[in-house]
Amino acid sequence: MTDLSVDLGFIKLKNPVIAASGTFGYGLEFAPFMDLKKLGGFVVKGLYFSPREGNPPPRIAETPSGMINAIGLQGVGVKNFADEILPELKKYDTSVFINVCGEDEEEYARVVDFLNGLEGIAAYELNISCPNVKKEGKCPAQDPEATYSVVKRVKEISRCPVITKLSPNVTDIVEIAQSAEEAGSDAISLVNTFLAMAIDIETQKTKIANVFGGLSGPAIKPLAVRMVFQAASVVNIPVLGMGGIATGGDAVEFMLAGASAVQVGTANFIDPDATIQIIREIETYCKNQNIDRVEEIIGKVQI
Amino acid sequence: MLESILMIKDPSARITYRRNWGDYYLIRITSPEIAQKALPGQFIMARVSDRSVPLLRRPFSIHSREGDSLEIFFQSSGIGTTLLAGKKEGEDLDILGPLGNGFDIKNGIGKKRATAVGGGRGIAPIYFLAQELLAMGSDVTVFYGGKTARDLPLKERFEAKNLRLMCSTEDGSLGFRGFVTGLFESKMDQLNPEIVFACGPDLMMEEIAGITKKNGIPAQLSLESIMGCGFGACWGCVKKIRMSGAEEWTKICQEGPVFPADRIIWE
Ligand SMILES: Cc1cc2nc3c(=O)[nH]c(=O)nc-3n(C[C@H](O)[C@H](O)[C@H](O)COP(=O)(O)OP(=O)(O)OC[C@H]3O[C@@H](n4cnc5c(N)ncnc54)[C@H](O)[C@@H]3O)c2cc1C
Ligand SMILES: Cc1cc2nc3c(=O)[nH]c(=O)nc-3n(C[C@H](O)[C@H](O)[C@H](O)COP(=O)(O)O)c2cc1C
Ligand code: FES
Repeated sequence: MTDLSVDLGFIKLKNPVIAASGTFGYGLEFAPFMDLKKLGGFVVKGLYFSPREGNPPPRIAETPSGMINAIGLQGVGVKNFADEILPELKKYDTSVFINVCGEDEEEYARVVDFLNGLEGIAAYELNISCPNVKKEGKCPAQDPEATYSVVKRVKEISRCPVITKLSPNVTDIVEIAQSAEEAGSDAISLVNTFLAMAIDIETQKTKIANVFGGLSGPAIKPLAVRMVFQAASVVNIPVLGMGGIATGGDAVEFMLAGASAVQVGTANFIDPDATIQIIREIETYCKNQNIDRVEEIIGKVQI
Repeated sequence: MLESILMIKDPSARITYRRNWGDYYLIRITSPEIAQKALPGQFIMARVSDRSVPLLRRPFSIHSREGDSLEIFFQSSGIGTTLLAGKKEGEDLDILGPLGNGFDIKNGIGKKRATAVGGGRGIAPIYFLAQELLAMGSDVTVFYGGKTARDLPLKERFEAKNLRLMCSTEDGSLGFRGFVTGLFESKMDQLNPEIVFACGPDLMMEEIAGITKKNGIPAQLSLESIMGCGFGACWGCVKKIRMSGAEEWTKICQEGPVFPADRIIWE
């Protein structure tokens, strides 16, 4: 039996596979297809303080081996989440991560402050690449100082561990990763989606009403592996890697690049039980390679 | 919001029958669990390739149910439908279903004098619906419209049923000349339906909503939208719907695809 558990320091996961935010609903949508208990954990859809309407459609467009989305973080807000959804999730005995969003630093703090003290939250994942965050026209994830500032603010009040989720839409991922670490983040996760655009040549209109959207899926995997490798090479906190993972092999690749755990996003849409298959395939890989503990492969890429 | 999920993944639903009329295709697949649970107006998500191009599954209405099998009827129009059209009898298809909320024919609605309207490939769910309505003892009229006679390949299929069929084509090559909505409106007084069901492009649905509203008849409309997942996880498929008072971007795949016409906000 391979030991698939991974220790992130602040939490020990059954296995390294976590379902990514925005691609797994609030978790309950997937209960009919799988035993949620079998997951390392899952991250719920991004939560702002108040409910949000989201963007007008079309919100998604398919691209070669990928998809562009501009959902606009439509969601129920923290209060509805805490009252109606979180209590349901407790039944499933798995690690629940909360993806925290904000229009500004204040809102991130309000979300965390509201959820603080509630049972059943493994950690917060700060989505600092929220598209609407206005800090000199940028989201915090694009600026090392803004990243530092929001992470620090949240860390000061949070009663749970904090994972900072980085955007790939930056020139130098290393300096952002370091800022998050310096500000006290317990881990970092990357990548969020790549800013993208697609045009329908028949109608000559953009395929996404919002014009821009975020690219995800297998198309972004090599870019994401590179960024995970770069970030993991410089920080001393655990890295959660993601971007286009669809198979156990893809997950192993991210771990070899330095990820302590992985997140699976778009693949959940195509196969609602993708995460379960990926866990099985990681186990098979370890058996074939005579690896007793999956943690042994973290960062083991040979250069 | 989160209940009512009976969907099943069947990675090996066997294709047992396939035929085509030009670029319209009918495929029968054996999938006992999904077939048995299926209700008219519900749909499946089919994986058309085991590669990552195209990446997403494609939605198709359940066209009919026969014991352990269900049928889909579609028009090949893009990369995904063309790949699906190329599948052969004996091949397996990976499907999720049955998805969404179909037409509401419970509580006596299914016994009412009904009219169902299908435009082009929008006729797909109307056949399953008509079969169920007939079984409930309803008096059924079906309107079937398309651009030209070639777009009405299911005419004989409907004619074999104990229902009234009215066809229209834009070029007049079969039946009434003009839009199916025009034919439908001209027959309203004569047919005097108690309930109207329809499936087709948004513009046609908006027309039907207008006509039925003017005549004070309830209508249930099946909407289309690009779908990322088909089971409520991506929030990609929304349309503006009046939900318990407020207008909201509502997931077509989960709350729909069928909605009462008076709850749909036309953009
Ligand atoms: C609930 C539902 C039921 C449907 N039932 C049927 C049916 O029974 N028969 C049938 O012929 N068609 C049906 N459609 C439409 C069908 O899903 C599309 O024609 C098909 O997805 C097109 O895929 P493609 O790869 O050939 O086209 P492409 O244009 O290459 O597809 C590109 C992307 O756009 C999406 N897309 C394109 N056109 C549509 C459309 N009209 N509606 C939704 N998504 C679209 C595709 O799924 C894909 O993600 C249904 C759609 C929905 C939402
Ligand atoms: C439809 C959709 C919605 C998403 N919503 C969120 C979100 O709310 N918060 C977040 O941090 N990331 C969100 N993401 C990004 C994913 O969590 C993930 O970082 C990204 O899609 C890359 O992984 P993948 O290629 O496996 O999908 C979303 C992605 C998609 C496709
Ligand atoms: S298609 Fe994904 S939520 Fe409706």
